[in-house]
Amino acid sequence: MSRELLLNTVLALLLLALPFGAFALDEPFYIDLATRMVVLGLAATGLNLALGVGGLVSFGHAAFFGVGGYVAGVMATHAFNAEPIFAAPFTLSATDLMPVIWIAAMGLAALVALPIGAISLRTSGVYFIMITLAFAQMVYYFAISWPAYGGEDGLALSVRNALPGFDTADSLTFFLICYAMLMAGLAAFTILRNSRFGTALEAARQNEIRLAAVGVAPFRVRRAAFVLSAALTGLAGALYAELNKFVSPSMLSWHMSGILIVLVILGGVGRLFGPVAGAMLYVFLEFVLGGLTERWQLFLGLILLGVVLFARGGLVGLLAGKPRHG
Amino acid sequence: MAEPLLQIRNLKKSFGALRATNDVSIDLRPGEVHALIGPNGAGKSTLMHLISGFLKPDAGEILFDGQDITGIDMPGRARLGLGRTFQISSLAPDFSALRNVMLAVQARQGSSFRFIRPVRSDPSLIEPAMAALERTGLGARAQIPAAELSHGERRQLEIAIALALGAKAFLFDEPMAGMGPESSKTLTTFLDRLRREAPVLLIEHDMDAVFALADRISVLVYGSVIATGTVEEIRRNADVRSAYLGDMP
Ligand SMILES: Nc1ncnc2c1ncn2[C@@H]1O[C@H](COP(=O)(O)OP(=O)(O)OP(=O)(O)O)[C@@H](O)[C@H]1O
Ligand SMILES: [Mg+2]
Repeated sequence: MSRELLLNTVLALLLLALPFGAFALDEPFYIDLATRMVVLGLAATGLNLALGVGGLVSFGHAAFFGVGGYVAGVMATHAFNAEPIFAAPFTLSATDLMPVIWIAAMGLAALVALPIGAISLRTSGVYFIMITLAFAQMVYYFAISWPAYGGEDGLALSVRNALPGFDTADSLTFFLICYAMLMAGLAAFTILRNSRFGTALEAARQNEIRLAAVGVAPFRVRRAAFVLSAALTGLAGALYAELNKFVSPSMLSWHMSGILIVLVILGGVGRLFGPVAGAMLYVFLEFVLGGLTERWQLFLGLILLGVVLFARGGLVGLLAGKPRHG
Repeated sequence: MAEPLLQIRNLKKSFGALRATNDVSIDLRPGEVHALIGPNGAGKSTLMHLISGFLKPDAGEILFDGQDITGIDMPGRARLGLGRTFQISSLAPDFSALRNVMLAVQARQGSSFRFIRPVRSDPSLIEPAMAALERTGLGARAQIPAAELSHGERRQLEIAIALALGAKAFLFDEPMAGMGPESSKTLTTFLDRLRREAPVLLIEHDMDAVFALADRISVLVYGSVIATGTVEEIRRNADVRSAYLGDMP
C-alpha cells in the first residue's frame, strides 16, 4: 500500500467516524459539521478535476455550486406546494426525489458551464481566472434580482427532499447519503483521471503544444473537463442546500469560489483526497477558531500562506510525499 | 518522378520587419530525406512551424497528400499525418516516456474522449507505444519521467512519438543536437531506413549526417532558399559555399 493510499484510507475512515462519535456524545450539531466537510469536499473535488488535473484555475465554480443548490431548493419548494416548475410550453412537474434532483443539478450545472467554458477557455492565465469570475458574478446578480425564489433573501426548504427507504431528516442518515455521494464523486474523479480522457487532460496541463502536436485540440479536452467538473460541483451544491435547508445567492458569490480554490490548495492540488483533506481542515478551523474570534479567516490566511510557501503539495503532499505519475 | 507528398508554395512569414520565411517553395517526395540546412537564424525552424501548423503563414500555401492544408490547425495536420519533433524538446514532463508515446497512440486512434477504461492496463495503447520506444532504443527507459531523460533521449522520445502517430511525413528539427557521436551514428542509420516508411524533412547542423542521408538538400539563408539539389550539386554550388559551407572542409 502506498503512503498516499494509506493516508486516503485514514482520512476516509476518520471522516466516517466523526458523526458516529458525535452521535454517541449526543451532539447532533457535530454531525452536521461532518456533513459540511463531506459536501464541501465533494464540491472541491469537482473543482479539482479542472484545477488539479487540467490546470484550469476557475474562479467561478460558485456558479455551478449555486445552480445545484437552487435546483434542490426550487424543486423542494414546488414539490412542497404541489405546483409544477412551469406550465408552458409544456408542464414540468416538480419532484422531491433526491436522485432526480441530483441528476437535474448536475445537468443544469453542466449546461451553464458549457457556454462559460467555451468562452473562458479561449483565454488562459489571469484572463481565465477573471472571466470565470465575471460569469459567476453574472449568475449571482441574476439570482439576486429574481424575486420568485427569494432574491437576495434566499429560499428556505421546508423539508429535505426524499430518498425512498431513508429518513433524510435524520442528521446521521443524511450524512451517510452525502458520504456515499462523496465516495462516488471520488471514484468518478479517479476513473476519469486514469482514462484516455484524463491522460489528454493532464497532457494539456503539462504541455498543450505536445498535445496539439499529436493531433488532439487542447480546447476541446478542457471544455469537456470544465463541464464535468461543474457537474460534480453542482451535485455538491444540491446536497449543500439540503444540509442547510436553505439556499441563497451567497452560494453563488465569489467568496464561495474562493473557498473552493482554498480547499483544493490547502489539501493538495490534483491529489485525490486533497479537497477532502482541505475541507476537513477548513471546517475544523472554521468551527474552532470561529468560536474564538470573528476574525478566524485571518488565521486561515496565515495557514494558507504557510502551505503556499512551505508545503506546495498541501496537506496530502506534506503527509504522503510527491504524486506518482504513470 | 513521383508526385511530391508535401508541397510548399511561396510561403511567407514576417516577425515585424524580419522576414523569417521569404517566399519559400520546396517539396518533399515519397521515400526521400530532404535536408534543410542554413546558418543560425536562417528561418529553418520557422519553416517547420509553418508546415506543422504551429505558426500561420502571412501568404502562400501548403499542400499535403493532395490537399490544401494551409487553413488547418496543428492538431488537424497531425491527424492528417504530419509528425514533427521540436528543436527544443516539447514533452509532457511528468509523464513517463511510455505514457508520452501512449498519448500519441490514443491520439492516432482518435480515442481521447473515452472516459472509463484505465490506460495503465490497456494493451492496445501499451503495445504499440512500447514498440515505438524499442525502435528508437528507449525500451529500457520506458518508465522514466520525460523530465528525467537526457537531452539526447528526449530527442529519441520525440521521434518515437512521431512513429507512434503513424506519420505519413516526418518533420525533424535538429534531432541529433545534444547527442553523442555514438547516438548520432545510430540515429543516422535509423533515419536511413525510416525513409522507406515515410519521407523525412530534416533540419540538421551535423553535416556528416546530412551528406550521408540526404537525397536532396535545400539551403536557407535569411529566410530564402538559395539552392536546392543533390548532395553533389550543393557541394559544388558557389553561392552555397560562400554563404554557408565556405568555412567547411
Ligand atoms: N516568435 C518569434 N518572434 C520574433 N522573431 C522570431 C520568432 N521566431 C523566430 N524569430 C526570428 O526569426 C529568425 C529565424 O528563426 P528560426 O528559429 O526559424 O531560425 P533557425 O534557422 O531555426 O535557427 P537555428 O539554427 O538557430 O535553430 C531568427 O532571427 C529569429 O530570431
Ligand atoms: Mg531552429
